[in-house]
Amino acid sequence: MAAPSAEVRVEIASDDDVVAARQAGRRLAEQLGLALTDLTLIATAISEVARNITAYAGRGEIVVRQIERRGRSGVEVIASDDGPGIEDIDRALQDGYTTGGGLGIGLPGARRLMDDFAISSHVGRGTTITMTKWAPA
Amino acid sequence: MPVPILKQGSVLIASIQTALTDTDVLRLQQKLIEQVGRYRSRGIVVDVAAIDVMDSFVARSLRAIAQMTRLRGAEMVLVGIQPEVAFAMVQLGTSLEDVHTALDLEEGLALLESLGGEAGRHGGSVS
Repeated sequence: MAAPSAEVRVEIASDDDVVAARQAGRRLAEQLGLALTDLTLIATAISEVARNITAYAGRGEIVVRQIERRGRSGVEVIASDDGPGIEDIDRALQDGYTTGGGLGIGLPGARRLMDDFAISSHVGRGTTITMTKWAPA
Repeated sequence: MPVPILKQGSVLIASIQTALTDTDVLRLQQKLIEQVGRYRSRGIVVDVAAIDVMDSFVARSLRAIAQMTRLRGAEMVLVGIQPEVAFAMVQLGTSLEDVHTALDLEEGLALLESLGGEAGRHGGSVS
């Protein structure tokens, strides 16, 4: 049995928490030995999804943890909230589409920064984004 | 944490020291636009060498500062973008094509001078 995986959990309710979440995620990824470029990509992606929480849901949570799958290790980021949900996920993932007055590159941008990216959302119940960056084999 | 703004001749230098919250960015934007008028500055250098994350909000705010500065008759140069930050910005899709950039503070000041010089020549040709 391997040692328990590292995990950090950050409550998101203000723009200070957005910074705290990306710094915590960056530290964890650093401990896992990811390269500087990957740390920056992960921290930037966390910043985008964390801001989506404060902008659309008001509050939520980000969990960053180490995962192992098929012999590879990586950093998984789970951003969840109980907010209004996303009505049209396909459109939300298109560049330039926004309902919040931003640039509309947050979600599609975060998807480009990470290796794996999945959204599950239910209108009126909330949104969960799961994204992963794999360490080089 | 507020970003210190230094006045050096006709140039304002904003040197970002730590991670910025959205509130810090908006405050910096307001202060720079106000000070550019108060000190009749010709240029602004924003030094982001200490920034490890340039997300879409910060990028959009910096572009807004550049545009507002221009509307106030001055120019802004962004300096010190770290290589891995540049990489992440391109992936994210915030390449800031319409913003002047330079490698570091020294290059940024030189660029401002050349931009100012051009404006001076235009002025000269009219008289």
